[in-house]
Amino acid sequence: MTKNADIVLRTEGLKKSFGSLQVTRDLDLALPAGARYALIGPNGAGKTTLINLITGEMRPDSGRILLEGQDVTRTGTAARVRRGLTRTFQINALFPDLTPLEAVTLAICEREGIAGQFWRSLTAHEQAISEGFEILRQLGLADVATKRTRHLAYGQQRLLEIALALATRPKVLLLDEPAAGVPKDESAMLFRVIEALPEHIAVLFIEHDMDIVFSFASRIIVLVAGAVLMEAEPAEVRDDPRVREVYLGSAHHG
Amino acid sequence: MNREATLTATQTTQAPGASLAWLRSRSRWSVFEIAFWLATLLTFYFFPSYLMLASQIAITALFAISVDLVLGYAGIITLGHAMFFGLGAYAAGLLSAKAGWGEPLTGLLFASALAGLVGFVASFLIVRVQHLALIMVTLGLGLLTYELANALSWLTGGTDGLRGIDTWPILGLFDFDLWGYTAYSYTLATLFLGFLISRRIVNSSFGLALRGVRENVRRMPAIGSAYRGHLRKIYTISAAIAGLSGALLAQTTNTVALEVLSFQRSADVVVMLILGGTGRLYGAILGAIIFLLVRDQLSGINPQYWYFGIGLLLMVVVLFMPRGILGGLARLAGRDQ
Repeated sequence: MTKNADIVLRTEGLKKSFGSLQVTRDLDLALPAGARYALIGPNGAGKTTLINLITGEMRPDSGRILLEGQDVTRTGTAARVRRGLTRTFQINALFPDLTPLEAVTLAICEREGIAGQFWRSLTAHEQAISEGFEILRQLGLADVATKRTRHLAYGQQRLLEIALALATRPKVLLLDEPAAGVPKDESAMLFRVIEALPEHIAVLFIEHDMDIVFSFASRIIVLVAGAVLMEAEPAEVRDDPRVREVYLGSAHHG
Repeated sequence: MNREATLTATQTTQAPGASLAWLRSRSRWSVFEIAFWLATLLTFYFFPSYLMLASQIAITALFAISVDLVLGYAGIITLGHAMFFGLGAYAAGLLSAKAGWGEPLTGLLFASALAGLVGFVASFLIVRVQHLALIMVTLGLGLLTYELANALSWLTGGTDGLRGIDTWPILGLFDFDLWGYTAYSYTLATLFLGFLISRRIVNSSFGLALRGVRENVRRMPAIGSAYRGHLRKIYTISAAIAGLSGALLAQTTNTVALEVLSFQRSADVVVMLILGGTGRLYGAILGAIIFLLVRDQLSGINPQYWYFGIGLLLMVVVLFMPRGILGGLARLAGRDQ
């Protein structure tokens, strides 16, 4: 097991209910630095709710969230991002009328605390702009850097989701179905990008595509009805009869 | 797998310098802009009998710019911005009529600072609400201010208007004349200054953040933005500029009518922005020019029904150029990809 000190993200006894429906039950998670964890589970297992709880878009009814040992349960979403806890969205949540270069530069300016400077021209922040361009280049978006986001191909928009997250310099990155809706011929670049994410970032991703899960994840957490059914190596998860029954067997690879 | 090796295949010829150059080109002064500002000076020579109207247009354009900053850039829908225009007008007017201080430049500063202060306080309420509630809150604040000024008639003159304003010569040199030479020079110079400030704001990283809020406010926290602070800041700046334009009206006409705070003024300025095009600064100026020129011409023909013409114009623009006249022109010129 990983030592306590290496854990960058930890949840303790996380609970959340909507009315009488318990969507998160006593959830304990521990994500070590550099993790490549996948979160799987059938529809309605509470995966997205869990992400929303971790990022602060929802408040848990009880339990704690610790980022690098610090309690962030009551911290706002933006402040968590500035401390290195960033997510991407399952459905593109981009800035349609901004260009990718502008959007990524904006994220960098927010990170550097210079987004509020109204007296200096944007182009005076040369470092932020060239850093933004470099992120886009690494993700293969250099050609469309100055095109409005709404004119980008869907796969490129998915990549921009990741670019925006990387611009915040995350320590923990939560990817909510990064490949959702991407046609097969556009997905190769996306997989390469996910594979090439900087090693020190702890990554937790939700994914339905089992090919992606088994090729990228070093550990898999199986969530069923808001609780962890099991957490183990991919091979062990694949062979577990309970997982086969609740998840793999019914919905996917038969 | 080696990261560099994986990704070199996707490298392109576009250099980082090119992207910086592209951003610079977006904020550079264009020939059209320089031509436009030079053209504003032609009024002195070609339309000397319209200088008072021209100065009304300059004042209204500055007001429209202040609203464009919140509505066009930050996406805050407001139907109560006359509140800050009126505050500025009364502040400058009262400074002269009640306190006996008619020096115009300090009057402008005083009015602008007061409107900005009230805007700052109001901004804490504004950033808490969205959509319909936002329209109602701004509308409500505007109506409250109007009724407050009406109730304080001992101070404001109520429906009779505030009289007894005496504006001293600008810099002690240029007295306000009957034809409006000084008035137009003064309002045009202030408009230009307000425009320069606004232009710098929209071209800054802060301006980019405002567009981010407008484009997707829900995403802003996810990139680490405490965007409410941005909104409070722009609302305060906008209120200060609106106050500046109100003060100009008080000083150039030496009277303040209750109408400066009216809902009609708040609504008209939104109509101007829709006509000219939101989120472009020049759309605000163009909208003000068209609105006031049409009003001037139509009310000459029929003083009662001039708004019919505005309504018709608005319908045509909204149907055929949903992004305003400037937006439509930019589209035609292919500068809007």
